[in-house]
Amino acid sequence: MLCESCNKNQATLHFTKIINGEVEEKHLCDICAKSKDDFDFDFPFPFHKLFTGLLEFSGKDQIEEMNFKKINCPRCGLDYKKFLESGKFGCSKCYEVFPEEIGVLLRDIHGHSTHVGKVPARAEDSIFKKREVESLKKELEENIKIENFEKAAILRDEIKKINEKIETTEG
Amino acid sequence: MTKWLDSQGIDEDVVVSTRIRLARNIEKYKFPNLIDMEEADKITEDILNALMEVEEKYLFYRNRDLDQFERNSFVEKHLISPNLSEKVDYGSFFLRKDEKSTIMINEEDHIRIQVLLAGLDLEEGWKVCSAIDDELEKSIKFAFHERFGYLTACPTNVGTGLRASVMLHLPALSVSGQMNNIMEGLRKMGLTVRGLYGEGSKALGNLYQISNQTSIGEKEEDVIKKINKIILQIIARERNTREHILEKKGIQAEDKVFRSLGILNYSRVMSMVEAMSHLSNVKFGTDMGLIDKIESKEIVKLMLDIQPASIQKYQKGEKDSDHMIQTDVLRGQTLREKLKILEG
Repeated sequence: MLCESCNKNQATLHFTKIINGEVEEKHLCDICAKSKDDFDFDFPFPFHKLFTGLLEFSGKDQIEEMNFKKINCPRCGLDYKKFLESGKFGCSKCYEVFPEEIGVLLRDIHGHSTHVGKVPARAEDSIFKKREVESLKKELEENIKIENFEKAAILRDEIKKINEKIETTEG
Repeated sequence: MTKWLDSQGIDEDVVVSTRIRLARNIEKYKFPNLIDMEEADKITEDILNALMEVEEKYLFYRNRDLDQFERNSFVEKHLISPNLSEKVDYGSFFLRKDEKSTIMINEEDHIRIQVLLAGLDLEEGWKVCSAIDDELEKSIKFAFHERFGYLTACPTNVGTGLRASVMLHLPALSVSGQMNNIMEGLRKMGLTVRGLYGEGSKALGNLYQISNQTSIGEKEEDVIKKINKIILQIIARERNTREHILEKKGIQAEDKVFRSLGILNYSRVMSMVEAMSHLSNVKFGTDMGLIDKIESKEIVKLMLDIQPASIQKYQKGEKDSDHMIQTDVLRGQTLREKLKILEG
């Protein structure tokens, strides 16, 4: 079948669009499909394949990789293969199963992997304290670099104090 | 069913609407792609309970109680998402009586809060959305991760769960061929642009939707501010181009506007593509003061009213076949009747 857009090349992409119950069949070649993809966000190239492709196994040998692919989420049972198929996680626990890989995946999609926005009130206190510790740690490192040990000592004590508070509220 | 459009918005000569949505999930349940009927009902129940105090402000609909036309018609008015309307068994939603906000249940995530406002009003949209979020949070424990933020079924929404979108009517930028450049630039700034109802580079009715692409690593307020700044620049450019067109090709532009009005007033068969293009011209005419009898907002309402499911719903009793031609005839008739009323 020829591509219905250019009528020259062989159509390699066939799909059915259903918008408001109106069914439309499309047959396009690679080149025309790409030029359409430039703008058309309805284009049904499985979008999630783009980013699940990013979630590559980070280990080295094949046996390790096989095992990695077999890991299931203990709560909903979703495994790596199913995630690749659907591009969707099954429950909130899934995010804890592969935290490292998900961190990399989020960086590839969003350019960042750490949330800095709104937090639920119940978590607010401890999260704000942890964010504060993170920024104090950075400051500490900088002061050590420039050998400002007096300031570094103050920062170290401050971090210790906040960490203790976090432990008592969480413990 | 376009109440949300009734209030006075800002920059409405260019901006049709502002939409903010927040994705949230309840920690103790699996995400909607893995739930069964029983769990879906429990989730709905939890949300009903959480909203008890504000219940009188909302209307509650279960998808399974609505027919397909009714559901599609909510979609065409942007009150619910297409994805929710497809969840025939599991989906349900709260619609605030003024239609400015919707709480969708069991869409891709358990909860999708949507606020829809006329004109440009991102900050207000975020404020309202966040307040609904706070209300729900009083009795619901959301899925939240210290590092990743609010957890969502799809990793593209994780973090804030926020998507802010603005719908713009850009006839002058489209006709002067500037849209491709603008879209390219927006994409580089991490924003998404898509034509509304349209395909390819031809956006139906010259309506475009601009929204943020990423959801983690930036504060909600910063995302909102960034989009707002960019939108203001586009508005200025659209207005300049409109002035320029009227200055250089005033009579041709005026001719185009009134031809479109004439066609809309007298056509017997009207496809959606054709109708949207003429309505865009007429909207341009009303916004630029070429037509003073019709309010610009009424044209936006017409754009929503002539979508397929709305047309069929509007003419419900008389519908005897689903053929496209029938819909096109009904569309022509609807446009003639409504314009007659608007023009007095």
